[in-house]
Amino acid sequence: MKILVLVKNVPEVAEAELEIDQGALDLEDLEMVVNEWDNYAVEEAVRITEASGGEVHLMTLGNEDDEDVLRRGLAMGAHAASHLCDEAFDGSDPATLARVIAAAVKDGGYDLILTGVQSADLGQASTGVLLAQELGLPHATMAIALEPGAGEVVVTRELENNTSEKVALPLPALVTVQSGINQPRYVSIMGIRKVRKMTIEQIEADDLGLAEESLGAAASMVDSQSLALPPMGEGAQMLEGGLDSVCDQAAAILREKGGLA
Amino acid sequence: MSGVLVIAEHRQGALREATLECLGAALALGGEATTLLLADAPDALAGEITGRTHGLKLYAHPDLAAFNPELYLPVVMDAVKALQPSLVLMPHSSQGMDLAPALAGRLGLPLVTDCTGLSWNDGALSVQRAVYGGKAMQELALKPAATVVATLQAGAYQAAPAGAAETASESVTLTELAPRHARRFLEYLAGVVEDVDIAEADILVSVGRGIGGPDNIPQAQALADALGATLSCSRPVADAGWLPKSRQVGTSGKTVRPKIYLALGISGAFQHQAGMKNSGTIIAVNSDPRAPIFQVAHYGIVADLFEVLPKLSERFGG
Repeated sequence: MKILVLVKNVPEVAEAELEIDQGALDLEDLEMVVNEWDNYAVEEAVRITEASGGEVHLMTLGNEDDEDVLRRGLAMGAHAASHLCDEAFDGSDPATLARVIAAAVKDGGYDLILTGVQSADLGQASTGVLLAQELGLPHATMAIALEPGAGEVVVTRELENNTSEKVALPLPALVTVQSGINQPRYVSIMGIRKVRKMTIEQIEADDLGLAEESLGAAASMVDSQSLALPPMGEGAQMLEGGLDSVCDQAAAILREKGGLA
Repeated sequence: MSGVLVIAEHRQGALREATLECLGAALALGGEATTLLLADAPDALAGEITGRTHGLKLYAHPDLAAFNPELYLPVVMDAVKALQPSLVLMPHSSQGMDLAPALAGRLGLPLVTDCTGLSWNDGALSVQRAVYGGKAMQELALKPAATVVATLQAGAYQAAPAGAAETASESVTLTELAPRHARRFLEYLAGVVEDVDIAEADILVSVGRGIGGPDNIPQAQALADALGATLSCSRPVADAGWLPKSRQVGTSGKTVRPKIYLALGISGAFQHQAGMKNSGTIIAVNSDPRAPIFQVAHYGIVADLFEVLPKLSERFGG
């Protein structure tokens, strides 16, 4: 089975305090990491090919530094990687990104295309399904299990309230992968060093025959956008004082509200 | 029509509450709201929608008992073309994530997802969204467009009140469904087998990514034991396998409302908040003063949870 996995580099924010400068996220102190959901998708693809043969191709769209996310995936066991890298792509909305990626993969002969359910940055959960429409492929989102078979893949989709469903998709198909589908393997610095000589295919807008005016901010549905930090001081009463004092206060609240002795 | 077209959502014979929230948003935006309800027996599900939408179109077909985007898409696309709504609105759910981008892609319409606020500004849509795991808010101004497709975050809007609108309903018989692809619904699967039901606990000690690793779980368990509490967690902890999935609080896990919810190292992404915000008393410990969990907590402690854990255990004889 020939599998394509779309991956993206994102700033690691789970344990970081964000700073917003003039409506944009200040990236200076943030580490760039593989989008968590995409990492699960890479692992799933590699496992499928380890079990039943085939190859895994990776693709990302991003700036030069984002090549890291491809090296990391190659170290996990992917066989080849392509990097869509062109300033003309900057400021594109998900529909445009889907058109760009479709142009790059349409003749790839992939049986299965995987990507994360969403990205940890803007979390639009859109690009994968939009790409499926561009390519004329069936799709399913929120996969927590994949069972590839002859001519089809059975996808277990996570629904709400602790339930899930099984659906069957004819191949080729596109599936978005939910976190927790597997336990992704550890990637060591040594592992990444080992793949440093693998060639990464570089793709620019010209290579895809895409006109610049059909890309970027000019073609985007968005007129303007800005970020802000959520308001502070709304909500919780913050317990103040030294560690012992704070713990005394918390213990008193637990006793009172929890009926504890 | 220049109003809002809402795509209703139902599962296993019950309408989903998020549909009524979409109608709440539609009414807040003003103008006509029309709802599409596709089901095997839509009449049985129409009761809760009637009185909350101006128009209601009921599409019946035996194959529409469970959601399938390939069966929904031709019907919804035809309705959008016929009605020309300004906005097509549906929940940002497992269904909305499958349907909305496919609809927008096939019709070439702008798409905004997981919205927490929507408003019209001189004929263009303005959108609020939570981004970076709820740690920042995004404000988007779209370029003017005849129709926009949007999905709404659960709980962002109140459900439309009963009697908010006079409903004219219309039944549409579908003789043939016209899927583009042969995606098939196979079956529903019940949730994971429980070792313990966290929804039954009076006190939950709940750990998030901040717990750092499986080696630190016993420290949290020690506090839970000292308090006579049950241990639960947020998604990243279950994803990593540090605690079983049955312990997960949130939209895809369990909804809980214990007397006390003690959140340790949980940043409080929306999906988590939705599962615990109705707890009696919420106490949150996080090292980041801007962690979204403090917006729903009653009491907050900005501290390293590994300093707080042993001290709190001590105070309860642990």
